[in-house]
Amino acid sequence: MQWETVIGLEVHLQLATKSKIFSGASTAFGAEPNTQACAIDLAMPGTLPVPNEQAFRDAIMFGLAIDADIAHTSMFERKNYFYPDLPKAYQTTQLEKPIVGRGHVEIELADGSKKSIRIHHAHLEEDAGKSLHEDFHGMSGIDLNRAGTPLIEIVSEPDLRSAEEAVAFARKLHSIVTSLGICDGNMSQGSMRFDVNISVRPAGSDTFGTRTETKNLNSFKFMEDAIALEVERQIDLIEDGGKVIQETRLYNGDTKKARSMRSKEEANDYRYFPCPDLLPIVFDDDYIEQIRQTLPELPDARRDRFMEQYGLSHYDANIISGDANVARYFETAADSDAKLAANWIMGELSARLNADDMAIQDSPVSAEQLAGMIARLKDGTISSKMAKEVFDAMWDGEGDADSIIEARGLKQVSDSGAIEAMVDDVIANSPQQVENYRTADEAKRPKMLGYFVGQIMKASKGQANPQQVNEVLLKKLNELL
Amino acid sequence: MHNKTLADIIVGLNNGDFSSVEVTQHFLGRIKAMDGQYNSFVTVTEDAALAKAAAADQLRASGNSTVLCGVPIAHKDIFCTNGVRTSCGSKMLDNFVPPYDATVVDNFSRAGAIVLGKTNMDEFAMGSSNETSYYGPVKNPWDTNCVPGGSSGGSAAAVAARLTPAATATDTGGSIRQPAALCGITGLKPTYGRVSRWGMIAFASSLDQGGPMARTAEDCALMLNTMANFDPKDSTSIDRPVPDYTAELQNSLQGLKIGVPKEYFSEGLNSGTEQAVRDALAEYEKLGAQLVEISLPHSHLAVPAYYVIAPAEASANLSRFDGVRYGYRCEDPKDLRDLYMRTRGEGFGDEVKRRILVGAYCLSAGYYDAYYRKAQQVRRLIKQDFVDAFKEVDVIMGPTSPSPAFAFGAKGNDPVAMYLEDIYTIATNLAGLPGMSVPCGLVDNKPVGLQIIGDYFDEDLMLNVAHQFQQATDWHQRTPEGLE
Repeated sequence: MQWETVIGLEVHLQLATKSKIFSGASTAFGAEPNTQACAIDLAMPGTLPVPNEQAFRDAIMFGLAIDADIAHTSMFERKNYFYPDLPKAYQTTQLEKPIVGRGHVEIELADGSKKSIRIHHAHLEEDAGKSLHEDFHGMSGIDLNRAGTPLIEIVSEPDLRSAEEAVAFARKLHSIVTSLGICDGNMSQGSMRFDVNISVRPAGSDTFGTRTETKNLNSFKFMEDAIALEVERQIDLIEDGGKVIQETRLYNGDTKKARSMRSKEEANDYRYFPCPDLLPIVFDDDYIEQIRQTLPELPDARRDRFMEQYGLSHYDANIISGDANVARYFETAADSDAKLAANWIMGELSARLNADDMAIQDSPVSAEQLAGMIARLKDGTISSKMAKEVFDAMWDGEGDADSIIEARGLKQVSDSGAIEAMVDDVIANSPQQVENYRTADEAKRPKMLGYFVGQIMKASKGQANPQQVNEVLLKKLNELL
Repeated sequence: MHNKTLADIIVGLNNGDFSSVEVTQHFLGRIKAMDGQYNSFVTVTEDAALAKAAAADQLRASGNSTVLCGVPIAHKDIFCTNGVRTSCGSKMLDNFVPPYDATVVDNFSRAGAIVLGKTNMDEFAMGSSNETSYYGPVKNPWDTNCVPGGSSGGSAAAVAARLTPAATATDTGGSIRQPAALCGITGLKPTYGRVSRWGMIAFASSLDQGGPMARTAEDCALMLNTMANFDPKDSTSIDRPVPDYTAELQNSLQGLKIGVPKEYFSEGLNSGTEQAVRDALAEYEKLGAQLVEISLPHSHLAVPAYYVIAPAEASANLSRFDGVRYGYRCEDPKDLRDLYMRTRGEGFGDEVKRRILVGAYCLSAGYYDAYYRKAQQVRRLIKQDFVDAFKEVDVIMGPTSPSPAFAFGAKGNDPVAMYLEDIYTIATNLAGLPGMSVPCGLVDNKPVGLQIIGDYFDEDLMLNVAHQFQQATDWHQRTPEGLE
């Protein structure tokens, strides 16, 4: 039987505000445990929440970017459950009046087709702290630095039909929120986390199957793998005569396995009710309009501009413009040559960043440095091969391209007289090869150039300008025909 | 000395009739000598009080006096005090020392007041008799076999027994007014949002409001001048200037329209209490006021709505007491569930547990609409009753509580009978309105309170109305036998 996959996403986004959503404590990542939790975050008796206006501005900005309705009155509810890393034993969140209503996000698939994914709503809430179960000799440690960090939870409609679509959608959201500057997009630090609702149904059916929710995926790769695994599990289960039960599942990216966390029957009754410490917050049209005026360029517009302004292909422009940080890097690096900058970013730079699990904004090679190197590549000072060496040296912190070229004596020889002399030498010292070349079919000759080029590059210790070598060599050999 | 009002003490200090150290020592001495009978204080901060009194005397001598410079008061043990144990009447917080002051505490500190100590209360402010305190019941200075009312019974008894000239208190369903009535003192619950809730341990956040207790309306006005402010740390605090509440005290009541709700004189009202209240109303007519019979048709729904909303909010507010970060923690928990169950099982008293259970039930899936949502709808109707009434009248008057102080244990086994103690006070909390209790008579030598309900932010008018009554009567000057 043909099966159709139905996927809906819930995305938790940490907002890049300086302080927490209801307290003045810092949200910076990586501090010593419990050093960024104030009396409010610790839920000390008598403390009260005061909303952080920036979190609301960020949420409204996101709503405007996905063409959503912005709620003029926004309310908070308490979601009650006990857990040691949830200090108040309730999470302050939004249920009945979320700040962002229905919207939509357009995704583009590998075959170039486009699809609009509906957003059901997006709401503001506070993050919990972290429970640490290792290193405490059978006990658990609690770190409340993250408690109270502002989150937006984005809930999609079940409009996604494959892992590919889900990943494209997740990437598009990542692109939008990093472009808006409301989230740093750093997935390994938990800035963006995905819960995936998955069900399958016979192709052509118009009713939904029973869904499961796989929680807390924090990379696109894990999401893709987890969806594939869960779809396969559900199909196998049904084809073997079983039934999918509604449950929450956890996927482990290291073992590539998933397990059931709790079934619907074990689900908490969260006893939501309006938070009496926070009055409804009202936004008028002027306020929303004023935020609309501050909206930066969004990914689709940027992609089109990159094609127009820099002459990038649709494919390259898509990749380069998708991540706001990459786009910013590109626009600086493109100073010397846009196409070369795009190639280096998508090639060498992204390979090195991936290998070191690093975000582009943390790259040891700055966009200015890359632009400097590309300038030398473009003016012929160095060859592509030398550029690789220069890039590695820059990555290792040896300075900018010019000083590395100078220090390592990497200038390529572009003096035509010197190159002609080297070509003449090699031709003179390779009579047999010259003879073979002369007598070979014309079609075979280009392949035979490799020998001569190799000899010349060797003689020049790799510093001869390969393009010039090719030109001179061809000219001289053809003179012998 | 101890019969002096707060206003008298301010005048005496200003005139140099006595020093702050002398006043403070006098009240500390009385607490030490007499509070064994009343149990109205859970913590006495003698050393800090005397040090601050000495400093106040120096400030005054150097001409840098502040409005309450060197004047002793007490705080209900629900207000967090930096470095001083704040128990909220519970075993759960018996070891809790806050690292911050409540805004109310900070306001009094900056005004120069001396804190004698922290007063006893029903556990987490849940009770109308002060019998639920972990530190034992408070006894009514008028009759130590009787309750002082609650939850601010410690503050009320301490003022009535002249152990402090005034005290702070809180009122969620009547917790200032009912004990004020039962102890024969004056108490004011301001408009919701008038006094900051920052650092005031929450019972039911949408109903809780801090206010003063003292012997006279004038003293309550002096207290409220310092207590009230807009506080950016409390999102429900209202950004509105604080008037001088003593400014209008002397106004004539000629032409004042007093609404008398017929629902407040019905079945269950003690006949002696009713008579005292009717006499007080007659006194107002003599002062030039006009009585208007009004109806607050949804009054009978106030207690049921309150006992859904308040427990619902409390069930969430008290969830933070889990033994993880501060407060009581059970011995040797074997796992997380055991930590939660025993910490909360051992740390909370019965009435607190009862309300948490009721609240959690009302919010549960399948019951929310029938209980919580319905109660909120009722709350709007009750508020509308008052909004309509205040189109016709300036203030509303009736009894504060249905009967005078009752004996310990009299209602202990019947929660509903206890809840009906607040039948006349609860509606104003649901509506967010200000309410006051003023002594207006004695029944079997036990005090009766007249309740004055005002429109939003009409505390100045209410204090004027109460003050004029106290100029014409002497009920507020009556003193329990042996305490004159």
